[in-house]
Amino acid sequence: MAQGEPRLLEELKEKAGIRRQIVLPWAKALSMCKSNVFVRLGRSTITALGIFLGIAFLSSVLVSSSIQSAVAKEMKDVAASGGAAGGGGEEARLVWLVVMSLLVATIGIVNSMLMAVTERYKEIGTMKCLGALDSLIVRLFLLEAGLLGTLGAILGLIAGGGVMLLVQTLRHGWPMVLKAAPVWGGLPLPAALALTIPLGGILSVLAAVYPAWRAAKMPPAAALRSEF
Amino acid sequence: MAEARTEQQMTAEQTVYEYIVRTKELEKVFVMGDTALKALDGVQLDIRRGEYVSIMGPSGSGKSTLFNMIGGLDKPTKGTVFIDEVDMAQLDAAELAWLRCRKIGYIFQTFNLIPVMTALENVTLPMIFAGVSGEEALEKGMRLLTMVGLRERYHHKPTELSGGQQQRVAIARSLANDPAIILADEPTGNLDLRTGKEIITLLKEMNINRKVTIITATHDLKMIDVSDRVVWIRDGKIERVENRKDIQVQVGTMEGEEEAQASK
Repeated sequence: MAQGEPRLLEELKEKAGIRRQIVLPWAKALSMCKSNVFVRLGRSTITALGIFLGIAFLSSVLVSSSIQSAVAKEMKDVAASGGAAGGGGEEARLVWLVVMSLLVATIGIVNSMLMAVTERYKEIGTMKCLGALDSLIVRLFLLEAGLLGTLGAILGLIAGGGVMLLVQTLRHGWPMVLKAAPVWGGLPLPAALALTIPLGGILSVLAAVYPAWRAAKMPPAAALRSEF
Repeated sequence: MAEARTEQQMTAEQTVYEYIVRTKELEKVFVMGDTALKALDGVQLDIRRGEYVSIMGPSGSGKSTLFNMIGGLDKPTKGTVFIDEVDMAQLDAAELAWLRCRKIGYIFQTFNLIPVMTALENVTLPMIFAGVSGEEALEKGMRLLTMVGLRERYHHKPTELSGGQQQRVAIARSLANDPAIILADEPTGNLDLRTGKEIITLLKEMNINRKVTIITATHDLKMIDVSDRVVWIRDGKIERVENRKDIQVQVGTMEGEEEAQASK
């Protein structure tokens, strides 16, 4: 600006660790993501819906298989019949289905995050002009995906796990539900259900890595040129 | 101006630092399939501190490309851009971001406000990137919005503002970190005559009051009035450089010294 201002070169040299000089506090990033989620509610819903459905399926399977095996055990105690023999194959098939459904959900998120990035090329270019680092852009997108994934997972848990719990309660009665057997890997049912929430968040963040990286890598001029 | 720079001026230390932007043999080639398009072809341009320079030319002349090079938004195929005598090509990504954040303010034809943010949030964003505390940023953001006459509208989203108002917010945002240079790419391109004039006046005020160097790429002839120098670009080359007084007095009929040298 003025003549007396220190030279840019000296300024640049003086400032060790310039990377740390471009900042975006987490609270601010979070509020930016929140407003992005709500302003673009339609697309956000689609993103979250993938995880919602995946987690709903997973949690309903968890609940039903846990209670079914509790019921089977009870029956075995009453009359030692070999009814559980077929259960093993059933379970393997369920695991397969759950894994597939989560995979599909994740791919759905990759797709919808790519769309989100394309939609916002110009915005990303602008942010870069204002001094945003690549890492900052990546962080914003990952945070948004994590937020949507967690939200979708919570709703999915309520819808899938909750409804299945209700169904099983009506069918076998509350006492039986309380006896719910540990699920895959010996996890108690409530713990397994609680874990589905971070699982949804993590899957969503993983799915957003590639789209976010693509968004951040774009040279600002190219980003600004695009018309959306 | 480039060719007009004499040897004496080059060697005199004082004069060298007078230039905030210098480009040397700037060349940019866009390759599309098997056709190569030379958007810039050996552009030499020196811009002084505190100058108001308009880069004029028809669409496709390369003015926006030049703008992107100066702003560090794109890399030249050949040649160098110096900002304050620093070769931009030598800067890494973080240093470039730092430069864009604190030294250069950008204004665009399409305003480019972040649509999900209010006017105030848009203005404070560069300050937040620069690590200014929230309170301080808000206060300064309000000061800047007041300066561009939008104090009452601070909580409005871009979609709730007119084009002229959006551009005012963009000007306030470009000044957020007190940059040395403001780069404006067709700032009046999407505005009607009167609003365009207002924006030009506002830019000139910033230029005079804050001593910020303003570089615009434009084909709006209204801009000539306020420019210290006008650089005419055609087919990726500098056609001529005119000083304001020459344009005003002679309306381009008589060629000044600058022009004669520039067109060599």
